[in-house]
Amino acid sequence: MHDSSNWDWDIGKKQIADIGKWKDMFEWVEEPCASPDGEKVAAVVKTGDMEFSVCQNGAAWENTFDKVWHLRFSPDNRLAGLVSDMGEWTVAVDEQAWESRFEFVWNPQFSRDGSGITVAAQKERKYFGVINDVPWEKGFFHITNLATSLDGKQTAAAIQTVPFSEGEIFKFQEGCYSVAVNGKTWDRNFINVWDMAFSHDHEHVAAEVRTSLYDYTIAVDGVPWNETFLSVWKPRFSPEDGSVTAPVRIGGKWTLARNGKQIWNSSFAQLWHHIYSPDGKKLAAIVAPEFGKWTVAVDDIPWRHTFGDLAADPVFSPDGKRVACVGKEKEKWTVCVNGEPWNSMSDMAWKPVFSPDSKHVAAKVEKNGHYTIIMDGQALKNDFEAVWDPVFSPDGEKILIRGIEGKGDDAKYCREVLSLKK
Amino acid sequence: MAEPALKEESREIFDEGLNRGIEKLTSEKIEQVINAVLEDETGARLKVYVDTCVHCGLCSEACHFYVSFREPRFSPAGKVKQTLWEMLKKKGKVSPEFIRRASEIASTECNLCKRCSMYCPFGIDVAYLMLVVRRICHKLGVTPQYIQDTAHSHSATFNQMWVKDDEWIDTLMWQEEEAQDEIPDLRIPLDKEGADVFYSVIGPEPKFRAQLIYQAAVIMDAAGINWTMPATPGWDNSDMCMYTGDNEMMGRLKKAHFESAMRLKAKRIVMGECGHAFRSIYDMGNRWLAWQMPPIPVTHAIEFYYELFREGKLKIARKYETPVTLHDPCNIVRGRGLHEMARYVVNEVCEEFVEMHPNREHNFCCSAGGGVINCGPPFRNKRVEGNKAKADQLFDAKARGAKTLIAPCHNCHGGLEDIIHHYGLGLELKFLGDIIYECMEKGQGSEM
Amino acid sequence: MQTLYNFVSGPLVWLSFMIFIGGSLYRLISMAVLAKKKDPLVYVYMDWYYALRSIFHWIIPFGSENMKKRPVMTLVTFVFHICLIGIPIFLFAHVILWEEAWNISWWFISDPVADIMTLAVIASCIFFLVRRLVLPEVRYLTSYSDFVILAIVAVPFITGFWAYHQWFGYRLMLILHILSGEIMLAAIPFTRLSHALFFPVTRGYMGSEFGAVKNAKDW
Ligand code: SF4
Ligand code: SF4
Ligand code: SF4
Repeated sequence: MHDSSNWDWDIGKKQIADIGKWKDMFEWVEEPCASPDGEKVAAVVKTGDMEFSVCQNGAAWENTFDKVWHLRFSPDNRLAGLVSDMGEWTVAVDEQAWESRFEFVWNPQFSRDGSGITVAAQKERKYFGVINDVPWEKGFFHITNLATSLDGKQTAAAIQTVPFSEGEIFKFQEGCYSVAVNGKTWDRNFINVWDMAFSHDHEHVAAEVRTSLYDYTIAVDGVPWNETFLSVWKPRFSPEDGSVTAPVRIGGKWTLARNGKQIWNSSFAQLWHHIYSPDGKKLAAIVAPEFGKWTVAVDDIPWRHTFGDLAADPVFSPDGKRVACVGKEKEKWTVCVNGEPWNSMSDMAWKPVFSPDSKHVAAKVEKNGHYTIIMDGQALKNDFEAVWDPVFSPDGEKILIRGIEGKGDDAKYCREVLSLKK
Repeated sequence: MAEPALKEESREIFDEGLNRGIEKLTSEKIEQVINAVLEDETGARLKVYVDTCVHCGLCSEACHFYVSFREPRFSPAGKVKQTLWEMLKKKGKVSPEFIRRASEIASTECNLCKRCSMYCPFGIDVAYLMLVVRRICHKLGVTPQYIQDTAHSHSATFNQMWVKDDEWIDTLMWQEEEAQDEIPDLRIPLDKEGADVFYSVIGPEPKFRAQLIYQAAVIMDAAGINWTMPATPGWDNSDMCMYTGDNEMMGRLKKAHFESAMRLKAKRIVMGECGHAFRSIYDMGNRWLAWQMPPIPVTHAIEFYYELFREGKLKIARKYETPVTLHDPCNIVRGRGLHEMARYVVNEVCEEFVEMHPNREHNFCCSAGGGVINCGPPFRNKRVEGNKAKADQLFDAKARGAKTLIAPCHNCHGGLEDIIHHYGLGLELKFLGDIIYECMEKGQGSEM
Repeated sequence: MQTLYNFVSGPLVWLSFMIFIGGSLYRLISMAVLAKKKDPLVYVYMDWYYALRSIFHWIIPFGSENMKKRPVMTLVTFVFHICLIGIPIFLFAHVILWEEAWNISWWFISDPVADIMTLAVIASCIFFLVRRLVLPEVRYLTSYSDFVILAIVAVPFITGFWAYHQWFGYRLMLILHILSGEIMLAAIPFTRLSHALFFPVTRGYMGSEFGAVKNAKDW
């Protein structure tokens, strides 16, 4: 996370932009995004025939482009978009386009503090990862599943290492894919490589791989586990000791394995999206203890409360004592904290956010076409036409709400800091 | 009308995947794999189906292959006899050549259309049994080349057609630009969070039928739908792994699909006119992942159009004049009961509708589905000649005036195109979306 | 002869009923347990309303499309099954046996009617036999066991008819009748005759899948 202590945490509401008026300034205004500190709001705008730009807080960027898409704020409040200029694509950050140009760029990612921006790129039918304007030295036939280290200085991706033509099924089955980390390829090929994770020291990469059409395992820095499974899901490194854990399927059921060995005793109809507590001592995952029943298991023990439709977006509190997730039952969403679902049901619920002191949980929700923030089960504020995830102050005593109030021409984007002290 | 001319030839069809696939097989391996699949992955259902079948042959007339060839080995139970019964009787001790033939039967002589389950008094699910056979053959590495290649594409790119991540996005942008020539403020919103509708298509759309994306965008625009399309893998809702018996990959594909929609916080998934993809999302893939029903509701295009017309969101400028007939795709009729909604939409947009017989749940499959068309050219003739039943149906509809055939399913399209051509039927083939696009009032409801 | 008669009409009756009831329970329960273990989804998707809806359409004559397409087969099948189940239960001679042994009785059918019904069963069996031999799609599926099963079903009726009419050697026929009836009863759980036990399950499951999940009819 970016250090937010120097943001404006004075209690009160600030109107940042008269966003409803933007429509009169441009041919069209796309869906806006807000900076994490709430001070900026921006949207892709059409400025003329086949001419696009970005409007931030009411002022358009000077440059225009053939196209702008995927506009997002980084954790350190910089505005980044993918832009095309004279048929060449690159990344523009706070109005500044990168020097390097490509035939296409996509899948931008930020480092945890926002200082690193990575993207996948294609030029002359070669594929690259790009880190802060610097592409890998070597390009590949194909990349997918770009992953970025927490510090944003490394990228890894699944790459095709051996060319084959369509229809060459036996060649494919010999293994034509591998992983490239910063453009350097692992020694070994696999049938497939999917989701990847970086270690917390940014040095190691673990990936889901398939070593034959039937054998799945995790490969760490190119070396597969000795054990194979019927299937696996995305691995993760322990922040504590650097070991690798992953959900694995054994005998038609799912469980959790560390370095190839089963570590949870229970098995589940499904287990995925496992997460570590910040100190690395606890593990939680989305599980289905039975077919069609969804919940979270913490250290092998599932919550008693289950959801019929789904459970998703698990998150640990900073002190590791609580876990929250969203759940859906009969088409209605809610947030569930340590197995206790909130009473308030909504049409959509976003990933819950814990306060740094772990005392509060808040989440963005949608009800009847309006948005609001619910904290600890209570709706905090009036409805918004749009709202972004809530942000807690570093001391956990305040909450920042970023939202758009009013409709159409009257729409205003505001940031408001509320005190949580009674 | 061409006569059914198959006889012995099918035994000689050369397919790289089948012929080379069995080269490495040993009898021990075969025995071990068959018994492992039967023991670990099947249970009471399979046993009851096999024990309960009274060998009455009442399912025969259900199957277009049998109806067209009139050969018992093409009857539903006949296919089970040649495959599973034998494997069970011999306790897995069968030859590589037997496996080759079993794979060919299960993958290219059955469309998994489930019509026979409506004709068998016991509701024996021959489609399920054929999937078990495909699963065994997959585990033995004996799957027809073309569909296996598609399964590989799915595994490497998460789409059916080896479309690369950038090519996908590029296609959407290109279709958006094309459509803007017609409707200047039209958008295809990429990766928009919190939209009501997450629109997904099958791999062949960006590759061969990009105009369908264009048309869908025009429809969304006119109806004022808050929608998005994903700019990440997971955009393809199709699934040939479901049909090769690679269930693990099927699950992986569906996870990617649903999670793209979940990541974008979309309220529901609306999908284009495809039957098998619907089955994969609504019925099969979700189950492998332990979701009893799709975690995010899934709406097939037909149901979506129906809604749009019912709610007055789409209006027709002038009705389609050519008389039409409608093919009911199994996967969304026997698989979802959308036949009445389809008729409602057809009547909304077309002047004259000629029913095909039999119809609704009883319609004959197009013979392309269940992955059969995806097994490619080696099996094309068998598939087309194996569906004289469909040709007769179409001919009859044509005799009663139909000139356009609506097939709201991609595979059906492919299959019916071949049938129309082979039997010289001279019908024009269209998606429902083609006709709606042609006849609707455009560029009305767009909202940002 | 008398000892033999006593044996088949005494202990063997007990035995055959025990095998039938015990065997049927065993088959049904073991399948239910196996399903719980290996196909738990069956329980998840089973839906009583739609299961019964489908079963209903398949137990009334001409309730399904396929039955309408094959009127003769449908007619024969229904007559056959009704008589097959009806005669053993409602035959006067059988009801008397129940009354003598347990002092319970119920409605019975008159002998001339029973005669006609028996002939109907025998005729149906011949029809099925001919169908099996003549129709290529049925012959293709046929194995020896199918003839054996047909015989198991036909013999009690043929012998019963014979014995009732007191034709030549009817005493022996009576014994054969009882014996073959017992064999049929005992064979139900362990041969393809178990389709009688599993019909509600397979049909009900397909009905549930079609009705509750797929919103379609399956008849
Ligand atoms: S093609 Fe259809 S009717 Fe024929 S056997 Fe397969 S599922 Fe049954
Ligand atoms: S109709 Fe059913 S019972 Fe009869 S042969 Fe076909 S699958 Fe077997
Ligand atoms: S392609 Fe169409 S008709 Fe054929 S199986 Fe699929 S849905 Fe059925």
